[in-house]
Amino acid sequence: MFLTDTDLQSIWLTLRLASVVTLILFLVGTPVAWWLARTRSRWKGPIGAVVALPLVLPPSVLGFYLLVTMGPNGPVGQLTQALGIGLLPFTFWGLVVASVFYSFPFMVQPVQNAFEAVGERPLEVAATLRASPFDAFFTVALPLALPGFLTAGILTFAHTVGEFGVVLMIGGNIPGVTRVASVQIYDHVEAMEYSDAHRLAAVMLIFSFLVLLALYLWRPNPKNT
Amino acid sequence: MKPIVKLAFAVTLLTAALGARADEIQVAVAANFTAPMKEIAAVFEKETGHKIQAAYGATGKFYAQITNGAPFEALLSADDATPTKLVAEGAAVKGTQFTYAIGTLVLWSAKPGFVDDQGKVLAKGKFEKIAIANPKTAPYGAAAVEVLTGLKLLDQISPKFVTGENIAQTFQFVSTGNAELGFVALSQVMKDGKITDGSAWIVPGKLHEKIRQDAVILEKGKGKPAVIALMDYLKGDKAREIIKSFGYEF
Repeated sequence: MFLTDTDLQSIWLTLRLASVVTLILFLVGTPVAWWLARTRSRWKGPIGAVVALPLVLPPSVLGFYLLVTMGPNGPVGQLTQALGIGLLPFTFWGLVVASVFYSFPFMVQPVQNAFEAVGERPLEVAATLRASPFDAFFTVALPLALPGFLTAGILTFAHTVGEFGVVLMIGGNIPGVTRVASVQIYDHVEAMEYSDAHRLAAVMLIFSFLVLLALYLWRPNPKNT
Repeated sequence: MKPIVKLAFAVTLLTAALGARADEIQVAVAANFTAPMKEIAAVFEKETGHKIQAAYGATGKFYAQITNGAPFEALLSADDATPTKLVAEGAAVKGTQFTYAIGTLVLWSAKPGFVDDQGKVLAKGKFEKIAIANPKTAPYGAAAVEVLTGLKLLDQISPKFVTGENIAQTFQFVSTGNAELGFVALSQVMKDGKITDGSAWIVPGKLHEKIRQDAVILEKGKGKPAVIALMDYLKGDKAREIIKSFGYEF
């Protein structure tokens, strides 16, 4: 077999994590992107900046804050314990929460750009045809912004697959639960299992390349549109 | 020569001479030895004028970096296998390897009264998560697994493992309370011969193989007086007193 069982397990876990995170971000990120694209509020700047924070923050900062706030003495940790969920660090759902934060701008920004490109006009036309705002959103804005959603989904998925620092800090490296592919590679390197590291690293490299290739081939050339 | 030129010339010579004597040492240090190394470095720098640039981390990572050309001149390893391997591969200087400390494993919790002094808490199993260092790469992790195997508790407890990348991260998992307890190095919870907080079981040395921590001079530090001075200093009384106060043996 080309990859060991634990390698395959880590890949499967990584795909599962990235899928769940992408789904959640479609639901959470879309309203935020919609609001950012259409608001004239003076909060647009600050909220936009907060959304973009994970782009520039070192993963260690995010990991550190998450570990402390989700721990038994942190506010989030006390909340999850009170709700009977227990503590989030070292669990799959803990990674999901961390990744939702970490990949947030990769979902919001392309969707926001797409909504902005749709502009006011189609929605105004929809309104004159007596479409409710809700209707207009689902039948006009959403279909027009669909390419932006696809880009956002692919980027979010790929970025979550590429996550490492945050997972290392709050994951606890549990096989099948928090040991994602990037951490598995790191483990192989640390244990001096270089041939295992090479195999899994090559898989990740090819996967990342194919994702980006799909994105670039599929994205229509702006000159032709 | 004008007096001022003479003075400038003298100053230049003097600084050049001092510069040659006070060297910078690049040393890679096992994470468990962080606290004692900082104290030793401070005293060593004061006495000799040399400057120590220490990097703290997992021994396995240092091995990978050293064999790929990292600029380290000496390694204070968490085990004796890695220095031996480096010597065999020609990356470290033959005949410079020695044991600078023997580590002690401790089962520790940040909560007072959680860990009893017999380690019975392990068999009772009333905890969600127990932190250990990665047994594949960290000697303290390997020792922890050995202890649990000896106590016939490994199968029962291993589903509750959370694994730190190195002993420093393992300690961090326990100190933040995210894991109720964990196997860490005594040096991390001991200061001046006393355990600073929480509760602990100092694991008897007979339950695992000795954690012999060896130092070695690397090829990049070969023949450098400052590096040799540091290695000698580690064997001296002053350094040993500091090392001992953190719970290490010799």
